[in-house]
Amino acid sequence: MYRVRLFSIRHSRSFEWIYHRVEQALVALDPVLSRIGYQRVERPVALVEKVVKSVLFDCKMCGQCVLSSTGMSCPMNCPKQLRNGPCGGVRSGAYCEVKPEMKCVWSLAWDGASRMKNGAQIAEVLPPVERNLEGSSSWLRVSREKAAQLREAHEARRTTIAKAFPGARKVEPSTAPLVEEPEAAHLDPTIDRPAGAKGGQG
Amino acid sequence: MIDTNAIPAYTPPPEGHVSHSRLERVLRSGRFAITAELNPPDSADPADVYEAAQPLAEVVDAINATDASGANCHMSSIGISALLTRAGYSPVYQISCRDRNRIAIQGDVLGAAAMGVSNVLCLTGDGVGVGDQPGAKPVFDFDSLSLLRTIRTMRDDKLFLSGRKISNPPQLFLGAAENPCIEPYDWRPERLAKKVAAGAEFIQTNYIYDIPLFEKFMARVRDLGLDKKVFILPGVGPLASARAARWMRSNVPGIHIPDAVIHRMESAEKPSAEGKKICIELIQQIREIAGVSGVHVMAYRKEHQVSEIIQESGVLGARVK
Repeated sequence: MYRVRLFSIRHSRSFEWIYHRVEQALVALDPVLSRIGYQRVERPVALVEKVVKSVLFDCKMCGQCVLSSTGMSCPMNCPKQLRNGPCGGVRSGAYCEVKPEMKCVWSLAWDGASRMKNGAQIAEVLPPVERNLEGSSSWLRVSREKAAQLREAHEARRTTIAKAFPGARKVEPSTAPLVEEPEAAHLDPTIDRPAGAKGGQG
Repeated sequence: MIDTNAIPAYTPPPEGHVSHSRLERVLRSGRFAITAELNPPDSADPADVYEAAQPLAEVVDAINATDASGANCHMSSIGISALLTRAGYSPVYQISCRDRNRIAIQGDVLGAAAMGVSNVLCLTGDGVGVGDQPGAKPVFDFDSLSLLRTIRTMRDDKLFLSGRKISNPPQLFLGAAENPCIEPYDWRPERLAKKVAAGAEFIQTNYIYDIPLFEKFMARVRDLGLDKKVFILPGVGPLASARAARWMRSNVPGIHIPDAVIHRMESAEKPSAEGKKICIELIQQIREIAGVSGVHVMAYRKEHQVSEIIQESGVLGARVK
């Protein structure tokens, strides 16, 4: 699907527009989705998202989609999975250091971003991927985060990630979440636990 | 170069500084800074580290301890850094994102700072495929930018990325790398801006052999005003022979050597001396470029030659050794 991916990046501006519409629709649906329960719609939405984005972008379902900030070039296709730009090993002709037959994902990203309306977002420093969110729906996370923003909940409970990456929070809310994952609330590391009750065997 | 206290007590950094780093003091005072790379031994004998460090210590402001560069296994950068601080030398602790995840790295940052390390260089790291153990699992949990922002958060906000408090934060001068002479050329300065936004306070670049290309990069850097926000130390190093240069160009990731330089090595009677001469000329040319704050010298297992290059290039000036 490498060629489809290149097509999507070439048409980054159109996809940016489509993405914006989809997002608006999902944010508008927030009251409905909240009533049904985000957990209940999670699996079907994630399935649709996986199929659509795999075809168009070689999506790896990291669960924290940043396509709007990377010129519609999915950074999870970078063998080093870099989230903030090309490494120092790019080959001549802008080919990948690790996979010499593939164009550098980040070289394409900057090209894609230069065609987008909000392409300047690529300058924002993004946090590392939260690996425990792999496989979950990014679309739902974005819409839930944006809806939360709209409800002016942002003073309620800010996570350190949201504070440390304020710009990322603004442009890609799902990467630096403000609202806690409902199903992950019990894993909150900011809550001091008694010494004997540390999670896992670690 | 020698700091008076090997591992100083935990005290606040000088006014206007983020660390006790000699490199930071030199740069902030506007002097031309010199750093060099120490090649890690394949040994557990501390004497091997000190032997390599000694010729460098006399002529540089900080010694870089590489972190399995080229994905080849050697003594760890944190081990070398700890040995160097014990002897009163000032290391730059290099952290590659390739081999460790965020839990390991944040812990090591505290450990290194406690050992007296005051400079870190945040790197992505070469892919495992080019190294001596290509079957290793690449980690890349952080990238160099999220790593910079994380250490800055640890230092300035006294917090781990999880939100847990750090009682006495690591006082570290934050560095990053840049590779101005490889693609995508147009976006390299933008990427540098992003590294500065992430927290970089000094930059050490990969090898520069192409001065016109580097000047083009620096012109854009000045247009963006980045030379006022970050100290830039271009990287240089002597070539051993034309054959070695060709080999490096095709086998080491991220190395650009123009044909003209290789031809000059080919036609030289004594290639090694010519390599040294080219390196000295590069330092002298780079020094004249506006926005450059120092130079970073790298040579694989040739610390004595690095010391000679620095002395013969004249960059030490009237500085007391």
